[in-house]
Amino acid sequence: MSTTTDTHPDTGTPQPAAPAGPTGGARRGAGLPLRLLAVLGLVVLLAVLPLINVSVPGVLPGATYTPGTLQLMALALVFASLALTYHVIFGVAGLLSFGHALYLAIGAYGLGIVLERTDLGLVPAMLLTLLGGAVVALVLGAVGLRVGGISFAMVTLAFAQAGSVLIRRNSDVTGGEEGLRLDTTNVPDAFVGVTDTRNLYWVALVLLVVVFALVTWFERSRAGHVAAATRENELRVRVLGLRPFAVKLLAFVTGSVLAVVVGMVYLLLQSGATPRVASADFTLTILVIVVLGGLGSRWGAVVGGIVYTLLDQRLTTLAASDAVESLPAVLSVPLGEPLFILGTLFILVVLFVPGGLVGLGARLAGARTRAGRPATPAAGEDGP
Amino acid sequence: MSTVVLLLATGLGLGALYFLVASGLSLIYGLMGVLNFAHGSFLTLGAFAGWETARRLGGDSWGSLLLSLLVGAGVGALAAVLTELLLIRRLYERHIEQVLVTVGLALATVALFDGIWGTDAIFVTGPGWFDETTTILGARVPNDRFLLIGVALLVLGGIVAFLRFTRFGLVIRAGVENRSMVTALGIDVRRAFTVVFAIGGAAAGLGGVLASHYFGYVSPQLGGSLLIFAFIVTVIGGLGSLLGAAIASVVVAVLQQMANFYLSGTGDLVVVLLLATVLLVRPSGLMGARA
Repeated sequence: MSTTTDTHPDTGTPQPAAPAGPTGGARRGAGLPLRLLAVLGLVVLLAVLPLINVSVPGVLPGATYTPGTLQLMALALVFASLALTYHVIFGVAGLLSFGHALYLAIGAYGLGIVLERTDLGLVPAMLLTLLGGAVVALVLGAVGLRVGGISFAMVTLAFAQAGSVLIRRNSDVTGGEEGLRLDTTNVPDAFVGVTDTRNLYWVALVLLVVVFALVTWFERSRAGHVAAATRENELRVRVLGLRPFAVKLLAFVTGSVLAVVVGMVYLLLQSGATPRVASADFTLTILVIVVLGGLGSRWGAVVGGIVYTLLDQRLTTLAASDAVESLPAVLSVPLGEPLFILGTLFILVVLFVPGGLVGLGARLAGARTRAGRPATPAAGEDGP
Repeated sequence: MSTVVLLLATGLGLGALYFLVASGLSLIYGLMGVLNFAHGSFLTLGAFAGWETARRLGGDSWGSLLLSLLVGAGVGALAAVLTELLLIRRLYERHIEQVLVTVGLALATVALFDGIWGTDAIFVTGPGWFDETTTILGARVPNDRFLLIGVALLVLGGIVAFLRFTRFGLVIRAGVENRSMVTALGIDVRRAFTVVFAIGGAAAGLGGVLASHYFGYVSPQLGGSLLIFAFIVTVIGGLGSLLGAAIASVVVAVLQQMANFYLSGTGDLVVVLLLATVLLVRPSGLMGARA
């Protein structure tokens, strides 16, 4: 009894919603136009890439205007968006979901099936899929959130596994192991065909910008602050008279519904879907991306998604190359498996680089500025 | 009647496999709060080690089967101990990171197994007795089911005896109950962590060899497919409860077999529905102490 009265005034001081808002806003206010300008410049640069001839040997397979490279870059943007949607659930609300692939699969397969079975146009079909995905997310989220922590992870894993089984079993609807091909009758011609890859690239870019804006908005909203507070200390949030369950459910549904949207773009981009997108391995891939980039950071998710996609493609090329084949078996077997390298890299990041790539970048930048000017003790302590 | 007996026997055999995986998962989670995603890899590694042993000795004698079981268990235990010492211990008390490390290990090892043994399933042969059936109440039950059930019962009995009658068992039971109290009393719980990982790894490795005989093949995906059901079993049984895991293994596996037969192959979905129902009615699981 006495502990509650002790902690009560204590919880009042670091209360997340009220004080964090103005101070955070004031701090952001100074650098805001500059940062916004930088982001805008980056988006414009990405937008004009299909029109110009840029080659980055070793990173991209060809010049930026070729369909193959555009396809890869678009996929990287889609994975970045997907990582952002998972960031809402895991990074912001702290819910370790092992079933995120399910919602991507609902988007991809849902839209594919609606387009194949009905005469609806692309936009109504997308809205219908979105509605279906939202209902599934709401129901499964409400059931799963009855338990917390690790149990929640296992429950979401089980639900996603059920979805994966449904997709593999009902081959007359989903194409089974073969996968589902996009029925292009009701899809605008601009999104079909190899020469139109750049339109799809722009769609992927718009998707990333929209998802990023929505996720930022959610994080800065009252609900986002409460979700973050619940992640840090659920008991305190409850003591304050707020309802953690509703906020967690909101974050889960937001992330899941956005993943459904990403899944729809994924279907258009790949002109089909395979059962792999519903598998547990795919969820683990998303988790790897988010942690690799930097857990809890929006830019980390974006960077992770792009780096992962490019790395995966490069490592697959490396695995098939003669240089690896000619190595002795002790080296060529592990190097021939891209997932082995990515898995090992992931373990190393978790063990030694807690902030992921973004955290590493910030730390390196911090070390450089500290080395450049005479460091004050306060700044030194604040740095990491 | 004979169909029901056959389904029960097959379900019990599958339940035995689930239990061999889930017992380790449940103990490790109960004591350390670590959800071990790499547990499936211990199982796969045990299965491959057992297959390699049996292949070198000629796969159809009882002696080589026994030795392959021992090697499978040993390799599983060794892999688990190394995982605990090299990866888990560094992240003491940081549960999310521990889960992430085991996720990375699971991804990397499955890819490594792909590289070493190939992605295709390798068919295994056991003693001739495995190919025969025994007639019980008119049902012709494949003989390997009896071995599975027998080994699972032995493992259950062995772990229960270990927990009840040894000093380490006492420390582990106390640690599951209240770890900070045990530490406060001056007992080094970390040695118990290693022991628990070894036991779980051995059970998983044993399960791997048995699974290769139950399904008739080994493949790098073997562990992952069993692991998901073992997770479900662990949640339904109650995290940290060995007896709960045993009961839930049997319930889940038998229900799965029944639904696969009578409800046109919906076994996996029925299991997930059962999980959802258990969570709605009793979020802490059948025998779980806390949620």
